[in-house]
Amino acid sequence: MARKLLLEHAHVEGISTYEVYRKHGGYRSVEKALKTMTPDEVVEEVKKSGLRGRGGAGFPTGMKWSFLAKPEGVPRYLVCNADESEPGTFKDRYLMEKIPHLLVEGMITASYALGANTSYIYIRGEYSWILFILEKAIAEAYNAGWLGKNIMGTGYNLDLYVNIGAGAYICGEETALIESLEGKRGNPRIKPPFPAVKGLWQSPTVVNNVETIAAVVPIINDGGDEYAKIGLGRSTGTKLISASGNINRPGVYEIELNVPVEEFIYSDEYCGGIKNGKRLKACVPGGSSVPILPHYLVCKTASGEQRLMTYESLSDGGFATGSMLGSGGFIVYDEDQCIVRNTWNFSRFYAHESCGQCSPCREGTSWMEKVLRRMEHGEGKMSDIDLLADVAKKIEGNTICPLGDAAAWPVNAAIRHFREEFEWHVKEPKLCMERNFGLASEPVAAQQ
Amino acid sequence: MHPNLNTDTPFKYSEAAKAEVLGLFNKYPEGRHKSALIRALHIAQEENNGWLSVPAMEHVAEVLRITPIEVFEVASFYSMFNLAPVGKYVLEFCHTGPCAIEGAERIIEYTKHKLGIGKNETTPDGMFTIKQVECLGACGYAPMMQVGEFYHEHLTESKIDQFIEDCRAGKINKGTWKMH
Ligand SMILES: Cc1cc2nc3c(=O)[nH]c(=O)nc-3n(C[C@H](O)[C@H](O)[C@H](O)COP(=O)(O)O)c2cc1C
Ligand code: SF4
Ligand code: FES
Repeated sequence: MARKLLLEHAHVEGISTYEVYRKHGGYRSVEKALKTMTPDEVVEEVKKSGLRGRGGAGFPTGMKWSFLAKPEGVPRYLVCNADESEPGTFKDRYLMEKIPHLLVEGMITASYALGANTSYIYIRGEYSWILFILEKAIAEAYNAGWLGKNIMGTGYNLDLYVNIGAGAYICGEETALIESLEGKRGNPRIKPPFPAVKGLWQSPTVVNNVETIAAVVPIINDGGDEYAKIGLGRSTGTKLISASGNINRPGVYEIELNVPVEEFIYSDEYCGGIKNGKRLKACVPGGSSVPILPHYLVCKTASGEQRLMTYESLSDGGFATGSMLGSGGFIVYDEDQCIVRNTWNFSRFYAHESCGQCSPCREGTSWMEKVLRRMEHGEGKMSDIDLLADVAKKIEGNTICPLGDAAAWPVNAAIRHFREEFEWHVKEPKLCMERNFGLASEPVAAQQ
Repeated sequence: MHPNLNTDTPFKYSEAAKAEVLGLFNKYPEGRHKSALIRALHIAQEENNGWLSVPAMEHVAEVLRITPIEVFEVASFYSMFNLAPVGKYVLEFCHTGPCAIEGAERIIEYTKHKLGIGKNETTPDGMFTIKQVECLGACGYAPMMQVGEFYHEHLTESKIDQFIEDCRAGKINKGTWKMH
């Protein structure tokens, strides 16, 4: 059995309540940090753990924390990113629904490390029922003296609040999230200045993913060195993977960062293999923004080595033959799935979610969507394939925030690995319509 | 997106809702209470039959002591805010990749056909509106839809039939945006 650090008690009856959570060792990290460690020592422990941001980019958390500006007399903020909207990703939801106190505990310990006296959890609007789960957990933590003034007589004060969004993927981008938290449209800010210098209300701010903050709890309880022993190389610790698509056992799994991809897909401990005895066609291992891998590159790298669930192994081969761990949104496709249709679907997603500030992203994403839509509906031209690749290239790297890249990568990767399927759509317009179902049989105009 | 000007039905928060919205101000530093706007809009939308009319947005502006345009800017940005009237039950189906490959499209088509309406349309009796939305973080439990506060997952045609029947019988709980 794999070691579990975050979800160990997720199935304990009543773990969402304070009493049960506390009985299972909850809030020890706060006691330890506030009573026996200085804030810098907490940061040091997180650095030693090798923890990398679980929101998608994988940036070392301890390093990020040490960049936080500390001007005299200016408040600092910790903001938890619970916007979770990357298609394929539903792990933060699971964690917050099951063990909300783990996030609350992590927020207190992390806020102490950063010297923040007010912290916020920004949660996506659609998770409104979790808003109330979190607010209940926070109220319990205040009652028990883990939040508020002079926590455990240490002189440390912390207020923790939840703020809610209203449906906008872009608010997961940290500067858009900050704008939204300020009560505005979620338009990403031009960087620099980075949030570490000027974030929420122009004050130094750290934005961290839910899972990153939760991981601080075992790191402080057991020590950074212990945490770093789990996993492989620079992929330390455990990671929550949300598995979806054509598999037997979709769900959220906590894995040690070294499980072979093959084991993850086929073992009954995890995905339990492809549904209905079908064959694996492709996999998007880290949320919709990361490159899709064709079946022959999923379990093995281009050089024939076993592919592992680590940051390094999943990106082995770069974008040519690799992908990324991303947010851990692991989507599996069986042999019946249409790559063009899926690429169109993702493009429609990005076109819908573009905030519209930069022309390459605003125009490019909707252009890609249109071209893919007509291709999927038997109205594509051979030249459309290169047109798509060209549009994607012109978006990449030319935008304020990485949403532009995130929209371009899936298109690039799909064409790179499945070019014949795109060509087939152009050559066999009738067949590709018949092969599909549902909306594909509607005229293109009806779907606008 | 333009504001819907076809209403002169006035709007005011209930006393309880107004007190709750004013209470939200305490979460933010002095002068930063604009941060309460999104939650204030969710509450207003709930009290205004599921959508944000111009009078509703103007009222929110007044309570938050900001300008109506600041409210409209936000209301028109986020997909959960409806700027035109909707049915009593808004069925928000996820149609993004992972749900799509697990049958979301078929379920959406089935429901549209059953209710005789298309995307963003409302049944003549004012009971149902169908919306198609992007990934709701339930990809492993596809296909799914959100209605009010709650998710309905692993949808099948018979579950849809049952759900619609339950709505008509008044048995479906939509939840609430107010403190609970
Ligand atoms: C378009 C876009 C959407 C994002 N969505 C999320 C999200 O939903 N949750 C998240 O934690 N990070 C998201 N990120 C990454 C955040 O900007 C940020 O890097 C992250 O929250 C940092 O936390 P971490 O260091 O703990 O990973 C997104 C980034 C982009 C560009
Ligand atoms: S890249 Fe797209 S989403 Fe990001 S700021 Fe530019 S237009 Fe907005
Ligand atoms: S794709 Fe439908 S919930 Fe994620």
